[in-house]
Amino acid sequence: MAEVGAEIERIGPAEVEDVELYHAKSWITKYVFSQDAKVIAIQYSATAIAIGMVALVLSWLMRLQLGFPESFDFIEAQDYYQFITMHGMIMVVYLLTALFLGGFGNYLIPLMVGARDMVFPYVNMLSYWIYLLAVLVLVASFFVPGGPTGAGWTLYPPQAILTGTPGAGAGIVLMLVSLALFIIGFTMGGLNYVTTVLQARTRGMTLMRMPLTVWGIFTATVLALLAFPALFVGAVMMTLDSVLGTSFFMPTIVSQGELLKHDGGSPILFQHLFWFFGHPEVYIVALPAFGIVSDLISVHARRHIFGYRMMVWAIVIIGALSFVVWAHHMYVSGMNPYFGFFFATTTLIIAVPTAIKVYNWTLTLWRANINFTLPMLFALAFIVTFVNGGITGLFLGNVVVDVPLSDTMFVVAHFHMVMGVAPILVIFGAIYHWYPLMTGRMLNEAMGQFHFWVTFLGAYMIFLPIHYLGFLGVPRRYFEMGTTSFIPESAHTLNEFITVVALIVGVAQLVFFYNVVWSMIKGKKAGHNPWKATTLEWQTEEVPPGHGNFGRELPVVYRWAYDYGVPGAEDDFVPQNHPPKRAPARAAE
Amino acid sequence: MNIIEQLRQKPWTAEQVRIDDAHGGRAYVLPTAKLGLRILLTAITVLLSLFVVAYSDRMVVSDWRPLPEPWLLWLNTLVLIGSSVAMQRGLIAVRQGRIERFKASLLVAGGSAVVFLLGQLWVWRQLVELGYFAASNPANAFFYLLTALHGLHLLGGLVAWTRLVARLTHGDTRRLRMGMELCTIYWHFLLVVWLIFFALLLYS
Repeated sequence: MAEVGAEIERIGPAEVEDVELYHAKSWITKYVFSQDAKVIAIQYSATAIAIGMVALVLSWLMRLQLGFPESFDFIEAQDYYQFITMHGMIMVVYLLTALFLGGFGNYLIPLMVGARDMVFPYVNMLSYWIYLLAVLVLVASFFVPGGPTGAGWTLYPPQAILTGTPGAGAGIVLMLVSLALFIIGFTMGGLNYVTTVLQARTRGMTLMRMPLTVWGIFTATVLALLAFPALFVGAVMMTLDSVLGTSFFMPTIVSQGELLKHDGGSPILFQHLFWFFGHPEVYIVALPAFGIVSDLISVHARRHIFGYRMMVWAIVIIGALSFVVWAHHMYVSGMNPYFGFFFATTTLIIAVPTAIKVYNWTLTLWRANINFTLPMLFALAFIVTFVNGGITGLFLGNVVVDVPLSDTMFVVAHFHMVMGVAPILVIFGAIYHWYPLMTGRMLNEAMGQFHFWVTFLGAYMIFLPIHYLGFLGVPRRYFEMGTTSFIPESAHTLNEFITVVALIVGVAQLVFFYNVVWSMIKGKKAGHNPWKATTLEWQTEEVPPGHGNFGRELPVVYRWAYDYGVPGAEDDFVPQNHPPKRAPARAAE
Repeated sequence: MNIIEQLRQKPWTAEQVRIDDAHGGRAYVLPTAKLGLRILLTAITVLLSLFVVAYSDRMVVSDWRPLPEPWLLWLNTLVLIGSSVAMQRGLIAVRQGRIERFKASLLVAGGSAVVFLLGQLWVWRQLVELGYFAASNPANAFFYLLTALHGLHLLGGLVAWTRLVARLTHGDTRRLRMGMELCTIYWHFLLVVWLIFFALLLYS
């Protein structure tokens, strides 16, 4: 079997279709209104991280209030609700979704599948500018009378648009408009990611030879294209309720002693629409993370990913299942118990493909040549954190367990672990991994180690105690506890501890940002393929890859993305574009 | 492309390597622009279906008071059908290389789409004059919402149409034909959407 390579005639260079590659004519079209996916990726990432910093600061303010209530004059109850809302929405939509799909998707898809660019570069450029507009509209809501909305990130009506809720006037409308813009912008980008993966792969790059990163981003984009419309519908109808006084979601209601004109709308309908988007959203964030982490583990453990096909199937199955679990967010909305039973079952079924992924990551590591590089550390931290967050998900997926835990800090701890900390660890790992490709220099190792350990251990010191607070019954979203009989004094001490750690972890991120800037100028030169990876993005002529990604000819792919430690090969890895004559094809499993 | 078959491939085996090395890299023979349009239409279909779901959910509540159907809506529907027919005729013409006929049909199609939009606005005006405001009943609100959504999508189509018309004088036939194919698909799609919406409005 090992000599199969010899039988295969060498296949000549790909006959590349004459793609009309857009060539920038000026500095502005090259770096500002750029149609190059790599530039767009960096624009997306920079914008997402910038708005993410706002969310980070908001989380500090919340923690200050929770740790030391009644100590800060500038945090009123209504500010606190605005912080919660904006923190949640920014992190989930404007940071994580935009960074994984707009950032990593744009950078990696064309490079990894061997394309010169996205298939619709102009639309891709528009996608970024609409995203930026959405972010600006969101930021603008901080400066309107009444401030941003304080309805909670789920924006449930009727309270979201009733006076009394912070930002019920302009704040909520700007939020909804911003979301609608985001969705329009995203759809333009998503169209590109999906079509590029399907149609613009290079010769020999079959779907099942794609790196798992591309599979993750591709499937997540499909989910997003199908799920975001639900949020769009909700946003449009709620905007009309707020601005025109229609009653899509607004029931007959007395607000502040006054009977409002609304009547007959269904708040539950909004919840269904919101979570029909909201649950797939979890996987829109998680699937790219799964894909990226698989590749990080494989590269840095010098071993092919265990059960590649199974990993792809798991991604696809998780994606499909994510559309039939949404109502597990609504167990306390008064639903029919059979309805809850159905959704609890589907929710628990998702644990099966997810567990397959976790086992396969572990088995890839089993007796592998693990290099404890920074990307590997973050990948390992992700696995641990994701398992932690996943297991508490099993608690909350069961109706009977969820009901008492609903709206407690336990929920907060669960989703922060599973879709806050875990994906962000992957983002850091991915940045440490691909930074050499993007800049040609390595990130500083010492600063990276410091950043990793403070972030990883700090995240656990923050979120593990929050699980415990949830079990005590501490409710989420409360501005302050006051004196209650069921919350002991120790819970307050714990809150102080969490706040202090949160501030330290937050400040530690500055080390990371400093590292990113410092290494760009003074970092060690990376050269070609510093991690000895097989995938195409590392096989470009120039580092960082230039316009058009590859040289005159596109690479031709002869193997899957995981040829590490192939018997008989001269190196411990064989790049995907190495013709088989030089190294025999991998023996069958 | 059979997705199940794809997912069952074992990329590491020698037999599969031989097949895969010869693979050109595309999943569909379809032109890329057409596939892109289909994906977009899928997303729009999800969007509009969710509105239909919301509509049906609300329709069954007892306070639902349907609005009168102005006869103008029937006329508008005919105009939109005419627009789609003209598009189709244009497409056939450009496929046969009859450029003059293609240009004429394209202009008729776009023109009638504009007439349709103006007609829809006229319907809105009539209803507002009769006192059917968006806030007065959910049926009214849905009527305005659905017609507005459909109109906005058609307006988006007209942007593409304008770009196609702008290319008429200097574009080569191959690109004109592709543009025409895309416009026609989109026009037919929006016609079907309108017929479904119209049926829904009548049904209530």
